[in-house]
Formats: sequence, structure tokens, C-alpha cells
Amino acid sequence: MTSRMEMAAPIAQAETKRKGPLVYRQSVWTRLTHWSWAICLFFLLLSGLQIFNAHPALYLGQESGFQYDNALLRIDAINTPEGPRGRTQILGNTFDTTGVLGLSGTAEQPQFRGVPRALTIPSYRDLGTGRVIHFFFAWLFLTILLVWAVASLVNGHLRRDLVPTRSDLAGLPKDIADHARLRFHHGRSYTVLQKLSYGAVLFVLFPLVILTGLSMSPGLNAALPWLLDLFGGRQTARTIHFLAMASLVLFFVVHIAMVIAAGPINELRSMITGWYRTGPETTPDAGDRA
Amino acid sequence: MSSLRITRRGLLGLGAASASSLVLSGCDLFDGIGSQDSRARRFLEKANDVTYRAQRLLIRDGALAPEYSESEIRQGQRPNGSRDPRSPEYLALKANDFRDYRLSITGLVEKPVSFSLDKLRNMPSRTQITRHDCVEGWSCIAKWTGTPLSGPLSEAKLKPEARFLVFHCYDDLGSAVSGPQLYYESCDLIDAHHPQTILAYGLNGQPLPVANGAPIRLRVERALGYKQPKYVHTIEAVSHYTGFGRGKGGYWEDRGYDWYGGI
Repeated sequence: MTSRMEMAAPIAQAETKRKGPLVYRQSVWTRLTHWSWAICLFFLLLSGLQIFNAHPALYLGQESGFQYDNALLRIDAINTPEGPRGRTQILGNTFDTTGVLGLSGTAEQPQFRGVPRALTIPSYRDLGTGRVIHFFFAWLFLTILLVWAVASLVNGHLRRDLVPTRSDLAGLPKDIADHARLRFHHGRSYTVLQKLSYGAVLFVLFPLVILTGLSMSPGLNAALPWLLDLFGGRQTARTIHFLAMASLVLFFVVHIAMVIAAGPINELRSMITGWYRTGPETTPDAGDRA
Repeated sequence: MSSLRITRRGLLGLGAASASSLVLSGCDLFDGIGSQDSRARRFLEKANDVTYRAQRLLIRDGALAPEYSESEIRQGQRPNGSRDPRSPEYLALKANDFRDYRLSITGLVEKPVSFSLDKLRNMPSRTQITRHDCVEGWSCIAKWTGTPLSGPLSEAKLKPEARFLVFHCYDDLGSAVSGPQLYYESCDLIDAHHPQTILAYGLNGQPLPVANGAPIRLRVERALGYKQPKYVHTIEAVSHYTGFGRGKGGYWEDRGYDWYGGI
């Protein structure tokens, strides 16, 4: 009994020592827009894959080659002596993707579709409904981006937290090495890798996914023909729209992995309540909590 | 420390379980939106009105869809939907090379008129190389020749209460208990009077083939393919399009597509 109590005291002391102050890190605007985007992107992704399933191929240029080949990616199903197989062709390479792409579902109920039903909304084939959902959340997504941009300009989030400073950039190699070793700094501000990856999402991928989406509109092609020139044609814009989506999915996967590795409770708390537990190297400041 | 580790692992597990359940059954969860009379769908559909209004506001009424050069026509126009209507009236017209075909303009007009194919061919013509965008996602560039719709419309003289045109077609895409489900479409007067909106009778320098809508198909170049009906026989000027089909303004609109079709 005695020995166990003696052991407990120094550990408790060490635990308090490892903590820095609780700092108010995320404004209500950042938190609201963050979660709204999460919801929007969930629906945009799955309704987007529903739309993609209507013609699961991606091309380069203005049009889709039917009597010549300008496809970069094509998903379909073929008949083989062993029965139907799902097939995915990427840049001239052919892959058997039975079970996932081209042919999915069960042996009793095979489904000939681009991406499987688990990845589309609605689960069954319904392009019209996919479009209704996609455009609703596209408007919401754009509105939230505008709200976020105004709020972040006004409250200083953009300048203070997102634009990397010269010393941030000088510390980039060290930050990469730290992240690779899963050694995280729980400071007041984002690390330079965070700034760069959030910056890439907010200033590159979000505008890119919106502009390539608009480039697919025959209506807007009449008003803004330069969009087509910028992206190299409607079908190239559609391909870039798809690649931007894939990049956002990749960001999401890394983002979740980093949240889990850095301490999911603290990270989630900061994005829900705004308060973030810093590391011991952080010096307390007015407005912090213990 | 150990309790924290369990919490983290527990959270991880919980996160993974909820994420995978979202992904696995994900998407059945929202299947209700597919039903045309679901309240959620009617709410989400309001975004389509926003798109229509925003595009009408942003895009000049006369702004032209991009036109392409001859060298960009690299293949024939891909036919889609109906390719070979089988109704007796259509077959009779086709047998006679459409010499008995008439395009009628009816409804809210001062003077209902009809035009033979020869008459339409002798009206001012416009040839345009444009990109056809299917709602499915593919595009195809082709050269269309026809007479701007505004010509025949001005002969019929729309009444002031006319706000939309409904296009009636010979083709159907399947039958229901009530009979064949005939294709129809509608557009507003901005698209109707747009300089590139033509009653097309020629494709890539040849008479319009049956698969692409012979003898007359509409081209509305700032909209998706389903807004460009083929095998048109009657254009009806109306104050609203709710009185046709299931009331949504077109064959595909009745089946869940948006009426505007500009994106």
C-alpha cells in the first residue's frame, strides 16, 4: 500500500508539469465553418460519386472521345470465360478491380457500376437525386467559404494563424522531421506544416474544386469562357475536379491520422469549445486557463 | 496514463466503427431523398431555383456559348436517349422523307402557324460548332445548322402572357399504363430568343440523322442535352409548364432532373 502511494505522487507531479496552459485557440467562426465544411464535403463526395457513376470515365480536352481515345481513366465491366469482371483502366494500364470498381455487390446480386453503393448517395443509381444533393451542398459550401474568408480577414485568423512567417519556413525541415517521428508541438499557433496543409486546402483545393465545378456548367461557359481556357477544356476541368476531390480525401485521411496521433481529445476539444491544452514549453499569458 | 491510453483506443475504435457504419450503410441512410415527394428533397431542390436565378443574373441574356473550329470536330455526334422512334405517325413521316412534316406553333400566340421542313430550311439559317454536354458527364463537339427559333416565333407572335415554350416530340422512352411516355421539354423566353437557339435540321454538313432527332431538334446551347428535345413537332407557348406530364417541365424533369439544366 505505502509503496504504491509513494509511487503515485511523483507521477502526478510529472503529469502536471507536462502540461502548459489551456489556451483559446479556435474562434467560433473557425469552429462553425470547420464542422459545416465537414458535413458539406461528406455529402458532396458521396453525391459526386453518384454523378460520376453516370459516366465513370475521365478525359483530357473539351470533349469525350467515343471514336478516338482521350480517356485517362475508365471504369467498366467485361465478360470473361470465368464470368464478368470489374475493370479499371488508368493511363493505359488495366487493373482487375472486381468487387470494388466496375463490378461490386454480391454473387447473387452483382452490381455493374463505377464505384460501389456504399460510396454513393443515394446508394442505388439515381443521377437526378445525386445532382439535387450535390448542388445544394455546393451552394452551402461556397457560402461557408465566403463567411469564413470574411470572418478570418476581420478577426485576424488568416494573417495570424495561416500565413507562414519567415521563421516558420526556416523551421520547415525540423517540423517535417518532428511530424515524421510523431513528435507534436502543442503550441499556441499551428506548426508550419499545419499552416501549409490548411493553406493548400483553403487557398488551392477549395477554389480549384469550385472553379472546375463551375467550368462544367454550359450556362457559365457562356458568361466566363476563360474558365474553360484556364483549365484546358470542359472534360479536363471535370478530371481536375475529380483529382481535387481525391486530394481532399487524402487530406482528410492524413488530418484524421494526425488528430488521433496528436491527442484526439485535446484536438477535438479545441475544435468544439475553442480551448486547447498546450505543451509545457508554452508560457502562460493573460486570458489563458490553468 | 494507462486509463488515458484506453480512452484513446476506445475513442479510436468508436471513431472507426461510426465512420465505417457511415460508409457501409451510408448511403442507404439518405435514400429517402430519392423519393420525389420527400420533404427533405423538396427542401434541397430549392438550391436549383437559386442556381437558375443566379445564372440568369450573372449571364447576359445574349451571351454566346463557346463555338469551336472545324478541326475540333473529331467524331460523329453521339446519339443518346431515343434513336429510332417507332410511333406510327413518325414512321409514316420518315417513310416519305419528312415531306409531310409540319412544325406547329400553338398556345398563347396571336396567330397559330405551321411550317414545312422546306419552309424552315428557307428561313435565315445559322451554323454553329458547339459542344453538347450530357447530364451524365460526357461532351461531344458537332456542327449544327438550323433556323433561329426567334424567326418562327415572331411569325406566330407570342401573347404577353406567354412565359415558357413547351416542345412536344414524337419519341417516347418507354410506356406506362396511361400509354407511351412521350418526350417533352420546356424553356423560358430568354433561351427561346437566344441567338444560338435554333431549330436544327443539319448536323456536321448533312441532313439531321434520325438518331439525332430528324427532322427537327432544338439546340439550346447553354443547357445540358436533355433540354434539347429531338423529333419536335409542336411548340406550345404557355404561361406555365405545370399542365404537362407530371408538371415538372419535361420528361426527365418529371423523373428528378432539375428544370433549368444549366449546370
